[in-house]
Amino acid sequence: MSRQMTGAQMVVKALKDQGVDTIFGYPGGAVLPIYDEIFQQNDIRHVLVRHEQAAVHAAEGYARSTGKPGVALVTSGPGATNAVTGLTDALMDSIPIVVLTGQVPTFMIGNDAFQEADTVGITRPCTKHNWLVKETEKLPGVIHQAFHVATKGRPGPVLVDIPKDVQFASARYTSPEKAPVGHYQPRTKGDATAIAELARMMETAERPILYTGGGVINSGDEATRLLRELAGATNFPVTSTLMGLGAYPASGDNWLGMLGMHGLYEANMAMHGCDLMICVGARFDDRITGRVDAFSPNSKKAHIDIDPSSINKVIHVDVPIIGDVASVLGDLLEVWKERGAKTNEEGIARWWSQISEWKKTRCLDYAPSKETIKPQHAVERLEALTRDHPKRYITTEVGQHQMWAAQYLHFNEPNRWMTSGGLGTMGYGFPASVGVQMAHPDALVINVAGEASWLMNMQEMGTVAQYRLPVKQFILNNERLGMVRQWQELLHGERYSHSWSESLPDFVKLAESFGIKGLTVSDPADLDDAIREMLDHDGPVIFDCLVEKHENCFPMIPSGAPHNEMLLGNASTKDAIGSKGAVLV
Amino acid sequence: MSPLKIKKGTSKHSAYDLRSNYADTQETHTLAVIVDNEAGVLARVIGLFSGRGYNIDSLTVAEIDHQGHRSRITVVTTGTPQVIEQIKSQLSRMVPVYEVHDLTVEGPSVERELALLKVVGEGEKRVEALRLADIFRANVVDSTLESFVFEITGPPEKIDAFAELMRPLGLEEVARTGVAALSRGGSGSLGVASDKVTADVTGGANA
Repeated sequence: MSRQMTGAQMVVKALKDQGVDTIFGYPGGAVLPIYDEIFQQNDIRHVLVRHEQAAVHAAEGYARSTGKPGVALVTSGPGATNAVTGLTDALMDSIPIVVLTGQVPTFMIGNDAFQEADTVGITRPCTKHNWLVKETEKLPGVIHQAFHVATKGRPGPVLVDIPKDVQFASARYTSPEKAPVGHYQPRTKGDATAIAELARMMETAERPILYTGGGVINSGDEATRLLRELAGATNFPVTSTLMGLGAYPASGDNWLGMLGMHGLYEANMAMHGCDLMICVGARFDDRITGRVDAFSPNSKKAHIDIDPSSINKVIHVDVPIIGDVASVLGDLLEVWKERGAKTNEEGIARWWSQISEWKKTRCLDYAPSKETIKPQHAVERLEALTRDHPKRYITTEVGQHQMWAAQYLHFNEPNRWMTSGGLGTMGYGFPASVGVQMAHPDALVINVAGEASWLMNMQEMGTVAQYRLPVKQFILNNERLGMVRQWQELLHGERYSHSWSESLPDFVKLAESFGIKGLTVSDPADLDDAIREMLDHDGPVIFDCLVEKHENCFPMIPSGAPHNEMLLGNASTKDAIGSKGAVLV
Repeated sequence: MSPLKIKKGTSKHSAYDLRSNYADTQETHTLAVIVDNEAGVLARVIGLFSGRGYNIDSLTVAEIDHQGHRSRITVVTTGTPQVIEQIKSQLSRMVPVYEVHDLTVEGPSVERELALLKVVGEGEKRVEALRLADIFRANVVDSTLESFVFEITGPPEKIDAFAELMRPLGLEEVARTGVAALSRGGSGSLGVASDKVTADVTGGANA
């Protein structure tokens, strides 16, 4: 099995043995030996991005849409530092990726060599774990362990830093089966006592809610199936975080819509008023909780999470269950059925009638316009014209458009929605769409973007042109940093400090300069035809949708406010945020 | 709906410690963290504390098992019960961490610290310093005609008290090791690569 080979050969061999078919990268001096090996084989496709940040986001898009770890390969120094944003993004959103970085030769480390950076030092706080490999014989074992760490437990980014002399030197290769098993083995099975307690609570709850998150999707298809079974069998309403959209289908009977700062009125009110909250693979993020001391004051809370540090971090819960979502939900359903599959049907019926009252608020309504394209309208039309596509994948940038996409697009399956939730990385969506399209060549991949975010990684036009990736860049162009502008309106006396996009390019000409199709639309009457033209084009499209410039994103829980004090579209926004809320982000 | 029937503070899994989340009393805890003795592991632990704004009152680290490649980090930290639980969970989920033990809640423990104190003085002060050193069972490890270096071992409070007494007597310099701590009694050869620990590790007891 094991045979002598160079470190660079080991890298390629180890990736193959880990089942990697695609990597995203950018060459440089310190990774030349690895690139030389990539050149001499055909099993692994290498996608040349135009910036290392994009390599990591593309790997994230690949990972999020497939459930497999994404891989990026970049050089030392600036290659590694450019990867930092992507690593942090993946850490915040628990995305499994493996980033390989070149490093100056071991004998030059510490000498301020050309393109040297303390990569493991810099990336220590933004990876789940990282390694600097100083001996070639340890390299295959470390790479195999890197895949193990990235995917087991709460997934996350890992980084392996490989000095150039280690890539040149030879040693014996170790296959994944023979690689030393680290002691990192997070527990996946939930505590039986706690699960039984939750089953008991489910029987009597009058106002239950399932609050689900990205952990359901990370756990895999079985977790999604069990969540749907649980919601169906109990008739409990389901809401989800931004990261969890698609785990429970938006077309499902129990769906309330997304919750949180820009979540739906009914979802937030149900969170506030419930008597049993079952948090499944979510982490009580500040975008979700609003004011912590007023968060869902009258509920018992259960929290299912594979990461013990997520529990009681923000919100004190009554029933903590540490384990993998699929394993815990499986056990929970079993126990609950054994006990007779009972619920408080009367109470739950009253609960649903209360929820339907809240739904009457129609919180996503907005003032339509015949003159300008309302951004909500653009997303609604995109939804209408693509919802029947069997393989639709959506990525987003960060800002208002991201929230509108989350509100108006509907996801019926997991892994179809790629967005930067925790870190809020502008510039995520375009490269992520590259990663998704590489993983799913025949899928319809749309990046719902704002023009400001999109410009942050627009160099990836080169990548999509080179690989003929038919990604659709659906840019809601309001010539503003819309979310910043909205906050300045609410918080800073309408002083719009540096929140507009001056000197924007002509997106059509820009696209054409890369040999890509460009489209622009500004009249609501032309919108549907333009979207159809975008969808029908067999290739990448830059779609410049000129929208209303001063539209605000509602509903909104202002900073420092609890769930039941939401701003709706028609509400006065003046002085909506107090001085305490103003210091929050 | 009755609360979970798990006794407070009995489990090493932080989540089952059901003290009130909102208690804002500051507690000082001594944690023993058994880690892989790999490059950068101390930076990881320290980075966790500084990155998340936790306190380090004292920190010691040394390899305890050369064969098993293990080091023991002893951290004394202060925070609300919720923060202490967070620290333990955050430490436990780090990849090179084998075990985290809260010696403060896991039964009685012994804590010791070693300090070297340089006291410079003449005449009566010098005699008094020597007399106090005797009371505190500090050893003289270096002496000149106008100075002593005392070596003292004990719990941190004892060293604090001794240093305080030396201050008016010409205390010039102090070097302290930080706290090393072990649980009392016969149980737990923790961190040393005996058969028992190996079994724990492969059994995946540490989430």
